[in-house]
Amino acid sequence: MEAFLSSLVSVAFHGVAFGMILYVISVGLSVTMGLMGFTNLAHGVFAMAGGYILVSSLARFQIPFPLALFLSFALVALASVVLERLLYSRLYGASELEQVLFTIGLIFMSVAVARLIYGTLQQPVLLPDYLKGQFSLLGRDFPAYRVFLIAFSGAMIAALWFGVERTIWGAMVRAAVDNRAMAQSIGINTKRLFTITFAIGSGLAGLGGALGADIVAIQPTYPFEQLVYFLIVVSVGGLGSLRGPFVAALLIGITDTACKYWLPEVGAFFIYAATIGLLLWRPAGLFGRRA
Amino acid sequence: MSAVLQTVKLCKSFGALTVAADIDFTLEAGARHALIGPNGAGKTTFVNLLTGRLAPSSGSVALGGEDVTQLAQAQRVKRGLGRTFQINTLFGSMSVLDNVALGVAERRGTAGKWWRPANSYAEVRDEALELLASLGIADEAPRRVLDLPYGKQRLVEIAIALGLRPKVLLLDEPAAGVPKVESERILEALAQLPKDIAILIIEHDMDLVFRFAERITVLVQGEVLCHGAPDEIARDARVREVYLGESHD
Amino acid sequence: MKHPVGYNADARLRWTEWLPWVLAIVVFFALPDYLSMGARVLTYILFALSLDLILGYAGIITLGHAAFFGLGAYVTGMLSVKLGVTDPFLQLLASAVAAGVLGLVTGAVIMRTHGLTQLMLTLAVAAVCLEIANKATHLTGGADGLAGVVVAPIFGMFKFDLYGKTAYWWCLVILFAGWWLVRRMIHSPFGASLTGIRENRLRMEAIGAPVYARLVLVYTISAVMAGVAGALLTQTNQVVGLNVLGFEPSGELMVMLILGGVGRLYGAFVGPRVFWVAQDYLAKQFPEYWFFGIGLLLVIVVLFARGGVLGICDGLLAKFRSMRGGGTA
Ligand SMILES: Nc1ncnc2c1ncn2[C@@H]1O[C@H](COP(=O)(O)OP(=O)(O)OP(=O)(O)O)[C@@H](O)[C@H]1O
Ligand SMILES: [Mg+2]
Repeated sequence: MEAFLSSLVSVAFHGVAFGMILYVISVGLSVTMGLMGFTNLAHGVFAMAGGYILVSSLARFQIPFPLALFLSFALVALASVVLERLLYSRLYGASELEQVLFTIGLIFMSVAVARLIYGTLQQPVLLPDYLKGQFSLLGRDFPAYRVFLIAFSGAMIAALWFGVERTIWGAMVRAAVDNRAMAQSIGINTKRLFTITFAIGSGLAGLGGALGADIVAIQPTYPFEQLVYFLIVVSVGGLGSLRGPFVAALLIGITDTACKYWLPEVGAFFIYAATIGLLLWRPAGLFGRRA
Repeated sequence: MSAVLQTVKLCKSFGALTVAADIDFTLEAGARHALIGPNGAGKTTFVNLLTGRLAPSSGSVALGGEDVTQLAQAQRVKRGLGRTFQINTLFGSMSVLDNVALGVAERRGTAGKWWRPANSYAEVRDEALELLASLGIADEAPRRVLDLPYGKQRLVEIAIALGLRPKVLLLDEPAAGVPKVESERILEALAQLPKDIAILIIEHDMDLVFRFAERITVLVQGEVLCHGAPDEIARDARVREVYLGESHD
Repeated sequence: MKHPVGYNADARLRWTEWLPWVLAIVVFFALPDYLSMGARVLTYILFALSLDLILGYAGIITLGHAAFFGLGAYVTGMLSVKLGVTDPFLQLLASAVAAGVLGLVTGAVIMRTHGLTQLMLTLAVAAVCLEIANKATHLTGGADGLAGVVVAPIFGMFKFDLYGKTAYWWCLVILFAGWWLVRRMIHSPFGASLTGIRENRLRMEAIGAPVYARLVLVYTISAVMAGVAGALLTQTNQVVGLNVLGFEPSGELMVMLILGGVGRLYGAFVGPRVFWVAQDYLAKQFPEYWFFGIGLLLVIVVLFARGGVLGICDGLLAKFRSMRGGGTA
């Protein structure tokens, strides 16, 4: 009984950690989909880039961990602004097929670049000593890094939600998601709004990729292999919603961890089966705006 | 006269916004009926409820005396319900002929056939061409529909619906965005339609409404404000206040 | 060169439509050393054709078409290696049925959704198949795949030889049958209604078309074709491995089709040829650049050349005509 309880706690703990990472990465995808109607399959590229930035900063340039984390957000956000202005924005009105092809093209290119620079091996994360050991809470030991991860992601998510609910930027985003034509007609500069939102979403993906580098291995095939998870989070959560993907990400994180722990054989199948079941029941996702 | 289309206490809300509130509405056989109301009154939503594109929150829709509330769009079309759209809803890259022929083939039950080439279904093509001719756009048949001037696209919009040989035709602002000269052309086409088709027309152009309709229903914020013959509506003080007053834009 | 269909279109064969077949026969005699590769290209043409049917005509975007291709490939492989069934027709048939069933079942779910959710589901189906192929080692050989696939002589007469002569003809005949079927279908009223669904699903529903049923049907047909293509690949290569499943082959397939031109029927014939010839020269020397190259190509095609190779030809042809016609065309 005690053994079961402790495995339960551990599954919940690791599941939440994984879920948080999934959310931080995917939330940008949900918002860009909802806001700009852009099908950005290359979203995982930003997460991978964030991961590589962290890994390189730590291992090659000996940059302190907090700064490395910041860099993985800032550099990715910056790069995404360039991409958005140069390329993405040309395809805002384009068909879904064109957006899909274009972003698949970006995935192929980024996979190739990652392979050229880093080779095919998974990159180890050199955590600082203060995040290495165990952290004890209520008589149990938890890996310190995971505790940090949950706390830090939690804080980021809180900041994001506060930003969307309480700031002018958030109000504009919500208005534009709701009704873009209306938002434009009341003088919201949607072009700039898109750029900023896209940058924040991509930056968060970079941050999520960096934070999760030691859960979700950073390797060149990352954007392919993780794509389906990000898409599940967004579809199950509901496009354009903030809360939906959060719930979905936690559900997926916990379920996935539980399956891998108790039923390693059926591992991924359960997630897919549950996803399909849920979407049959609610085609627009948990918090989808239109059924 | 008998009702071909009837709604009882039809309700629809989008979240907190109620766009159809207890609508009781009857369309008589062969009617020329207009539905008017200010922007956002819920007219298009009402059409969508009738066709089954939207499911009502409560209430019922009956077509030809039969309750069709639970039926899918396709089945209502089979029972004789046709519609047009306020915003052009055409098969953009296809020819004008194909736009109409798709509907004709659907009605004739040949649309799912997959062995003989489409152009060997002469009866479908001829019927579509005849229909285009009756609307005066037979010459445009081979053109890509999006290459047509807007007014003619509106005629194709109507032609597609007519290809279904509907018993009840719902026209959602058929002349929306069309210059006056061409809207005459559309009105003419509508006037020539067989008398046994019951027509519900949504229209903002009051001149057109009063020339075409024998009966008018006024919808305001999802509720039926009143209905009656055109002259009654024209005299009604409430209508003047909520509707005619603001329609001079 | 854009292949016109619909109630106006003349469905008779034009002489240009024989060109791919004449070319295929010329290749057989002119390039005897490349027949194995040629057979592989033919299977990919069939695969691309199956994608064109749903993507180019019905407008269904899928990221997981390799699921059906891979299933077909594995069914043929398992039949031969595990059950000793070596008859080539039986292998094709079993692969077709298996892929068709998977297409019907998954299509019934996927066609209820749209947009990002639909993309996700197509991807998920492929991911599940990959996972099964990877885990069920006793059936599929896991990461090692299945080697030593045996294919009995066709009609007991034509042995699959080392040079791929028989395989080449075999693939060519099956491809011809597939092309014939697709061509008939897209010219038929059913094909016109698929185009209608792609162009405007909303209107299609408003004219009373059973949109969902048609989409499931065409998805299933396409799955069957992809399954047959997969079976052909296994028969040609005599091995099958995980590389036939997953996102990469699905993505590459898209690239092939896009290269040729979507919704043009013959785009599926041009794209795989260009792709595989390029791959044969480039990929072996520079695998990284190769990936980068196809990615770049996709981006460029989307931004600058939306009709693919055939689209560019169309454009050039139109320019040429208008020059000759004194700019009146
Ligand atoms: N799918 C939807 N979700 C949420 N709100 C909707 C939806 N469709 C329509 N509405 C809202 O319902 C109200 C009624 O819309 P509707 O299109 O029926 O009006 P209308 O009378 O046709 O107006 P118009 O004259 O401008 O065509 C509007 O406020 C609109 O914003
Ligand atoms: Mg309206």
